[in-house]
Amino acid sequence: MDARTDQKTHAETAPVLLSVEDLHVQFETTRGIVRAVEGISYTVRRGETVAIVGESGCGKSVSSLAIMRLLPRKTARITRGRIMLDGRNLLDLSDEQMREVRGRDVSMIFQEPMTSLNPVLPIGLQIMEPLFIHLKMTPEQAKARAMELLELVGITDSARRLDQYPHQFSGGMRQRVMIAIGLACNPKLIIADEPTTALDVTIQAQILELMKNLSRELGIALVIITHNLGIVARYADRVNVMYAGNIIEQGSADDIFLSPAHPYAIGLMRSVPRLDEPRGTRLETIEGLPPDLLNPPSGCRFSPRCPHRIEICSQPIELRPAGEGHLSRCHRVDEVVAGKLTKPQVVVARLAQQELDHTNPIMAVENLKKFFNVTLARKNWISQEKAVVRAVNDVSFSIAKGETLGLVGESGCGKTTVGRVVLRLDDATEGKIKFEGLDITHSSSGAMREKRRRIQVIFQDPYSSLNPRMTCGEIIAEPLAVYKIVAEKKAREERVAELLQQVGLFPYMAERYPHELSGGQRQRVGIARALALEPTFIVCDEPVSALDVSIQGQIINLLEDLQQRLGLSFLFIAHDLAVVRHISNRVAVMYLGRIMELADRDELYANPAHPYTQALLDAAPIPDPKVERGRAPRALKGEIPSPLKPPSGCVFHTRCPFAIEVCKEEVPETRQFGPRHLVACHRAEEVVAHAATARN
Amino acid sequence: MLRYTINRILLMIPTLIGVAVLVFFMLRIVPGDIVEVKLRGDGGNITQEVVEQERKRLGLDRPLLIQFKDYMIGLAKLDLGISMWTERPVIEEIAIRLELSLEVAILATIIAILLAVPLGTAAALMRDTWVDYAVRIITIGGLSIPSFWFGMLIMLTLLSLFNWLPPIVFTPIYVDPVANLTQLIWPAMAVGYRYCAVTARMIRSSLLEIMSEDYIRTARAKGVYEKLVVSRHALRNAMLPAITVIGLEFAFLIGGLVVTEQVFNLNGIGQLFVQSVSRNDFMLIQGMVMMIAVFYVFVNLIVDLLYAVFDPRIRYG
Repeated sequence: MDARTDQKTHAETAPVLLSVEDLHVQFETTRGIVRAVEGISYTVRRGETVAIVGESGCGKSVSSLAIMRLLPRKTARITRGRIMLDGRNLLDLSDEQMREVRGRDVSMIFQEPMTSLNPVLPIGLQIMEPLFIHLKMTPEQAKARAMELLELVGITDSARRLDQYPHQFSGGMRQRVMIAIGLACNPKLIIADEPTTALDVTIQAQILELMKNLSRELGIALVIITHNLGIVARYADRVNVMYAGNIIEQGSADDIFLSPAHPYAIGLMRSVPRLDEPRGTRLETIEGLPPDLLNPPSGCRFSPRCPHRIEICSQPIELRPAGEGHLSRCHRVDEVVAGKLTKPQVVVARLAQQELDHTNPIMAVENLKKFFNVTLARKNWISQEKAVVRAVNDVSFSIAKGETLGLVGESGCGKTTVGRVVLRLDDATEGKIKFEGLDITHSSSGAMREKRRRIQVIFQDPYSSLNPRMTCGEIIAEPLAVYKIVAEKKAREERVAELLQQVGLFPYMAERYPHELSGGQRQRVGIARALALEPTFIVCDEPVSALDVSIQGQIINLLEDLQQRLGLSFLFIAHDLAVVRHISNRVAVMYLGRIMELADRDELYANPAHPYTQALLDAAPIPDPKVERGRAPRALKGEIPSPLKPPSGCVFHTRCPFAIEVCKEEVPETRQFGPRHLVACHRAEEVVAHAATARN
Repeated sequence: MLRYTINRILLMIPTLIGVAVLVFFMLRIVPGDIVEVKLRGDGGNITQEVVEQERKRLGLDRPLLIQFKDYMIGLAKLDLGISMWTERPVIEEIAIRLELSLEVAILATIIAILLAVPLGTAAALMRDTWVDYAVRIITIGGLSIPSFWFGMLIMLTLLSLFNWLPPIVFTPIYVDPVANLTQLIWPAMAVGYRYCAVTARMIRSSLLEIMSEDYIRTARAKGVYEKLVVSRHALRNAMLPAITVIGLEFAFLIGGLVVTEQVFNLNGIGQLFVQSVSRNDFMLIQGMVMMIAVFYVFVNLIVDLLYAVFDPRIRYG
């Protein structure tokens, strides 16, 4: 029996610590009353890890802030329900009593480590504050405890670190400090609201392992709020799935993942691209959008999007048993459980894998370098200390017509810079960029203008990359007018309507302003704008990372359809390995400005030959508790080094479990490892052999 | 930090040289000179010969570049020369007025900060309540009422209610603090009102912004007392933009109290400025412009250094 099952049996018998009963939260807005949470109930036992999953706006964060009573006072109101912690109803406490509970019995870890610590106070004081306030420690005691806490969360050199300020810590380190603050008074319960969403995947794995181990060792119950199903599968004992202010399914992690009993949960599970699944299938998506909580549908709130909707679904519905300890808020739960309603998974042979012509690539990049000069500090009043950031260092790849090349890496690895240089938004320091066989590295702006028609871009953030003062129609029509492709206004409008339909929007949306659309719809507008000039090559810079899971699937499918229909080539930049795997023909892995490995998709995921690729694959949680249990938790140690001072030799050697002397001295050459499989590692053979023995 | 401070002080030199060059030549572009004003200002019948003689005596007949050279050499020795009108050293002329002006400026700053911090904080914390509305009305008043007019109101009130007027003769604070304060507190209040209004509004808006920051939520989630959340976590951050405003206003007060000084009949820098401009007293004008420039540059330096004290993210290498 492994530690996890031990923990489980304990958790199932342990007394209930927190029970949320029929909680209702409303927000007063100028447009009316938003019923953000409507009647949710769940319990958390001592030492247990409970996950609350859902998409943005489903009420998961609101319900947890309600437990802490940290909702905005003026607008939010808890209209009904009880929150019982150890037999006390937190909603009955006075403000002062509630203040004593916060940080003492319940602490909270927030999503944004970069902004959740006070920038002007040393972190020592921030950790010691609850110790002074709740435990009345003396400064000496508090300091000793703070040092102990820092060691506990894996921050060495604690005495010196106590006097430092948040800006001197990386994102991952700040989240460790947040955890140290949360642990300070040995609380009974920690609520973690998307604790790793802002972090890179290898750091995310470190932080989650840390939280899980600490909660196990110290017997602290953990409520994890997340949208990431992989995290839920890896860490949660029990799961609550929320949708539009309701809990729609509740059960053990196995229940939810192996036999989901609500159509939304099933849809959610299927719309996530998975690392461990072969592709060739189209992502199944949940059509439509979550309901407006100003005016939610009567009856089952999921019914407007539900493929199995029948008449009764417009009637009110409560949670119903779907098995032992397994509840689902669905009128047709029995049929779902019996497996009568599952749609057969549509297997659409994707893009009849036409032969890609690799000898005649549409885009080829050779030994591309992009260096930035930065000023570090003023030395004296004339000279300044300067440094060179090698954002992109000797990168080569090519993209065939109709191909998608995935470019993955963690933040700061240079993947976005590659995209910008390819688009000629930044000029290359060295190297060559060839588009359709012509060298465009130094083309004049006039010549580039012509090329720009055929090289387009889709940006990451659909919230800030569309001009808020222009209607969607104007945004899409702008390139048509600029290039005088469609000179006449009337014809332009027709073309805009056509483009909107092409990306799955309605022509009348041309009149709308971006803020009137949802995130997914805005991203579709961004895609329509890119398509307006009929490009042959599109750089997609994290096009789905700002979107919810169910919407993400819709956009990925759209991109694939468009590629098939229009014969587009994509450079698909992303940090999510599963998404990249789903959409790419070939994948390049970047780290600190260099390509570590580049191979055909299936080859790369089945036979990663670079230790960094392996680490990325290990770190990404898979939404399947069974698979997760079989995987040893291996979090890559250390942090990403500063690009100002990249390590000598192989840039990855500081974090590499396989590093030997030669790795510190020599930059590994990019070499052929198999057919169309390039790797930059001195020890690729041993790495692959080691992985093979570990598997057997 | 020390090195940064020294660098900044060294960097002041080119700035001040620039000011010196500009003010010297700009004054000479203006037609007329002090001799005309001095001898013919009251319409007296003075022969050209006498005028020339006087010019010669004051050194105004020498080539411009020679005059400029002497002036710059004097500056390098911290010698601002001799007032052409009173024939006393410029430094002395400024010094006797600076004491008064500086004291008014400091008093006004103290009044402004003492009022602005609580007013701004209360308004932000009790946003959209009567407290907030009251503060907003008071501060709008401060922005729109000219200081001299408010000064006149103060004088009228004192006169009509207490039948008392502040003393006219300046007594330094180290001679008789009470006499000194009874004279200077009123002009300080008159200009401090505006000053306080600007600062309070700045504190209100930056505190409002900061109270919705993530780290305030973190502090509350730790169970920190609400008072401490405001004083330790929020106000420190909110003071940063307020410091800039305070610094600029303070530097402005040193040279800009012309009308208010008139109202309270104070012999300060502002009055001296007006006098020396109307007399074409080049040496004195140059000296005062230099003095104010030095003040501005120093106040800016102090503001930047305070920033570093309040905000550890700003580290000066």
